[in-house]
Amino acid sequence: MDFLSNNIYYIGAFGLIFIGLFIILVKHNLIKVIIGISILDTGVNLFLIAVGYINKGTAPIFSKPGLDAKNMVDPVPQALVLTAIVIGVAILALALSLAIRLYQHYGTLDLRKIKEQRW
Amino acid sequence: MRKIISIILLAIIFIGIILTLCKIPFGIHKTKVGQYYIDKGREETGAVNIVTSVVVNYRGFDTLGEVTILFLVAIGLGAVLSNFKEKGKRKIEPASLILQTGCRFLFPLILLFGAYIFIHGHLTPGGGFQGGAIIASAFLLIYLGCHGKKINEVASKTTESIGGLVFIVIGLIGLTVGGHYFLSNFMPKGQINTLFSAGIIPIIYIAIGFKVGSELAGVIDNLMEKS
Repeated sequence: MDFLSNNIYYIGAFGLIFIGLFIILVKHNLIKVIIGISILDTGVNLFLIAVGYINKGTAPIFSKPGLDAKNMVDPVPQALVLTAIVIGVAILALALSLAIRLYQHYGTLDLRKIKEQRW
Repeated sequence: MRKIISIILLAIIFIGIILTLCKIPFGIHKTKVGQYYIDKGREETGAVNIVTSVVVNYRGFDTLGEVTILFLVAIGLGAVLSNFKEKGKRKIEPASLILQTGCRFLFPLILLFGAYIFIHGHLTPGGGFQGGAIIASAFLLIYLGCHGKKINEVASKTTESIGGLVFIVIGLIGLTVGGHYFLSNFMPKGQINTLFSAGIIPIIYIAIGFKVGSELAGVIDNLMEKS
């Protein structure tokens, strides 16, 4: 139980990552694959934030006097995740537009029926 | 068969990750560079929000790459969805009076909130990307609530270009006037923890806010109109 409460963010993040990878590998519908990519993205972001966490830490913002600089969480992973969220949105939009074009061309989103996409 | 192969693959990845994570315990200090930014960030950049000072000042070049990726995606989306054929008008039922009035009432308030988020990026949580996303959500509300209203594409593209240009020009001025590197903070830092402080950080975040807002609104426009 102690192990679980100490590492709950890691467990949650890798739970999301494995759910996303499983959806990408197993599902046949293209929209579901894109949803899997989005879940994987969320898991990776959560993992990066969890790595930067410090026990009983506060956000790295000196919004009022009296905040201790020793007690703040790491700002570098948060800045990286800010980048990663924007890139995730960009990838999602581009993937959805490609899915729209595939549906217009083949009339289906099932990856088994699209010849060039079979594996 | 495919499921079994996938599960075996995931199990191998799982073992590798567990072996790595045993060496990264949760909740302790890990990097020295983060502590340096927290200790020195206020004096060196003038921003109270350390994440903002990392994103715009210490790693501003990285942010320029990120903005470029967003720009490429907006262009690529337009290119992929460009030659679509209109297959007859879809029959659209007009929304009720309450929905339309509510959208028109909320639209300027959401714009104001987004502007607040990106102007105060160096003081409170938030910044250009978050404020831009909120502004784009206002346009999404208009697209969903009031049918037939569209964004002005020329104005959107112009705003986007001006935002990007302001970012690059400020970086180049910093290269020539201020220090010896791109995006150096050449303006006066001012009184800390006030609105007019932190040198170039608020200007760059305002530019990023306009750019991201108009780009995401363009993406929403492409996906709603051409699908």
